[in-house]
Amino acid sequence: MSILVGNDTRLIVQGITGKEGLFHATGCRDYGTEVVGGVTPGKGGQTVEGFPVFNSVESAVRQTGANTSMIFVPPPFAADAIMESAAAGIDLVICITEGIPVNDMMKVKTFLADTDTRLIGPNCPGVISPGKAKVGIMPGHIHRQGRVGVISRSGTLTYEAVWQLTNEDLGQSTCVGIGGDPINGTNFIDALSLFAEDDETDAIVLIGEIGGSAEEEAAAWIRDNYERPVVGFIAGATAPPGRRMGHAGAIVSGGQGTAEEKKRALADAGVHVVDSPAEMGRKVAEVLG
Amino acid sequence: MKIHEYQAKEILRRFGAPVPQGRVTRSPDNAREICEELGGRCVVKAQIHAGGRGKGGGVKLAASPEEAEQRASEILGMQLVTPQTGPGGQVVKSVLIEEALDIETELYLGITLDRSSGRPVVMASKAGGMEIEEVAAENPEAIIRQTVDPHLGILPFQARAVANGLGLSGKTARQAASLVEALMKAYLETDASLAEINPLMVTSSGDVYALDAKMNFDSNALFRHPELVELRDIDEENPLEVEAGKFGLNYIKLDGTIGCMVNGAGLAMATMDIINLYGAEPANFLDVGGSASQEAVQNAFQIILSDENVKAVLINIFGGIARTDRIARGVVAAIEELGNVEVPVVVRLEGTNVEEGRRILQEADFDFIVADQMASAAEKVVAAARGEG
Repeated sequence: MSILVGNDTRLIVQGITGKEGLFHATGCRDYGTEVVGGVTPGKGGQTVEGFPVFNSVESAVRQTGANTSMIFVPPPFAADAIMESAAAGIDLVICITEGIPVNDMMKVKTFLADTDTRLIGPNCPGVISPGKAKVGIMPGHIHRQGRVGVISRSGTLTYEAVWQLTNEDLGQSTCVGIGGDPINGTNFIDALSLFAEDDETDAIVLIGEIGGSAEEEAAAWIRDNYERPVVGFIAGATAPPGRRMGHAGAIVSGGQGTAEEKKRALADAGVHVVDSPAEMGRKVAEVLG
Repeated sequence: MKIHEYQAKEILRRFGAPVPQGRVTRSPDNAREICEELGGRCVVKAQIHAGGRGKGGGVKLAASPEEAEQRASEILGMQLVTPQTGPGGQVVKSVLIEEALDIETELYLGITLDRSSGRPVVMASKAGGMEIEEVAAENPEAIIRQTVDPHLGILPFQARAVANGLGLSGKTARQAASLVEALMKAYLETDASLAEINPLMVTSSGDVYALDAKMNFDSNALFRHPELVELRDIDEENPLEVEAGKFGLNYIKLDGTIGCMVNGAGLAMATMDIINLYGAEPANFLDVGGSASQEAVQNAFQIILSDENVKAVLINIFGGIARTDRIARGVVAAIEELGNVEVPVVVRLEGTNVEEGRRILQEADFDFIVADQMASAAEKVVAAARGEG
């Protein structure tokens, strides 16, 4: 099995007439994902690269039976795009857009609380279940189908981890990029809970970074709820305090959110923590024997 | 984005918060005049973005307009060093001349994002003048917290709870509660990421004032606040970071010797970490963006090499969607275009067409040190920086 995306995924792309949206819609289709169309308000009725374009998510859902949406809408309009999807009954919204204002995400969070929609991201590479479906901007070919789950706040660092796994002959069940923003739709614990119910995921790689306390909360959850092995890495041990390291959420403030604290919390919860980002794959191979 | 105290106070005044009277100036002459207008007694406050200004001698009381002029001439132009500026300090270009009020009590009031709940949280404490992080570390129970629904704003009972928690009563409590409401309104309407009054002052007659004020804004929301963009003071920022920003590069200057060029923020941090594990320090954080185009690489090189501390450069690119051979050609072209790269450059490329990418690097006129793993790349760049490459 896998989580979040798979053979049942029927994907629409919001912002499909933009350069990035179209490029990645095509990339997902090439990987084998069932991409059933796209949405750009005002451009309904067109067809781009064989994808039917709709004016609204509601009409796209009605006409294609879409259950998943991937968002490339520019930051000022992205929050609205997420809520539109949720209102139209989309089960899973994956928002790639980087740079959404925090206040807009507060609105999104309140809005989603009254729906059954799950949001992944924003500011994330997406989700891939190798061999089944890719909903995101990650390079599909570095992945291999298998039994290791990956959860990460980062993009290229996730690719690095996946590549190490693949080179160790360890395939992946699903790789989830939860995004680098301070407010996200799905956090580590949400993703861990999904993996816990997936009997085809034997181990998890958890890639965190400085800022906030999501890794500490995940550590407490793992200690009490998750029995299979978890390998962890936290990026940003050398980041200076008070500076945002690229991601809006990656900041050590007032001694809180340091890599050291997070590593300690994870190690205390039984997570196999590696200090070197070059050791993620090898460590998984080691603990899985 | 950060702004100066005087700018934050102007914003807070607009939202109805009680702020001491005063004006900003760049001239000692003018400082005297403002002090006269304020009744002859004033405080002269250096305007730089870093906190801890009082500790560095950037805040002085003046008992007369002449003294105000004197103090202003001492502070203006000084290289003010505070615990937050770093050892180099920051040049003071303007001073805020403010009425001197009788301080009875100093308190703390701040609003920021509570990431766990995804909502703004009001924090208050009786330890005015202390950093809230210190209070949180030493005595977390002493912090009064009210998490606020951003759509409802702060409710009157929550504002009262903050004032009561601070031990205030009567008119002082009423004024403090209304200040809390004003601060929250300002925080939400300006898309702030931090709004802090430290200290919040109670005068001997029981009136409440924002004695200091600090506001940071969500850079992602500046597109809807052109009036805030104008408050940016580029003199307060690192010139290399400003330059990088013009090219859309995310660069942060650090103190080490290994220049880093990486695609993606997470991998960039991880690259800094692995350099450290191999015994050296990164000179910078730099995210060249996912595609690592030739133009981006060229600009990034220029920025990295203008840092004199850089002894060697590590390029770590995970070619995802972008093909590695194309990235390699971009790196070679960038170096050839620059023509004056004298430090050793270690390149680690991974991804599609990687063999072709590495071949391009090896055959280039420039003598790249090619690595195939993150660990060996770090090892090689650290050795190269020590002259062992």
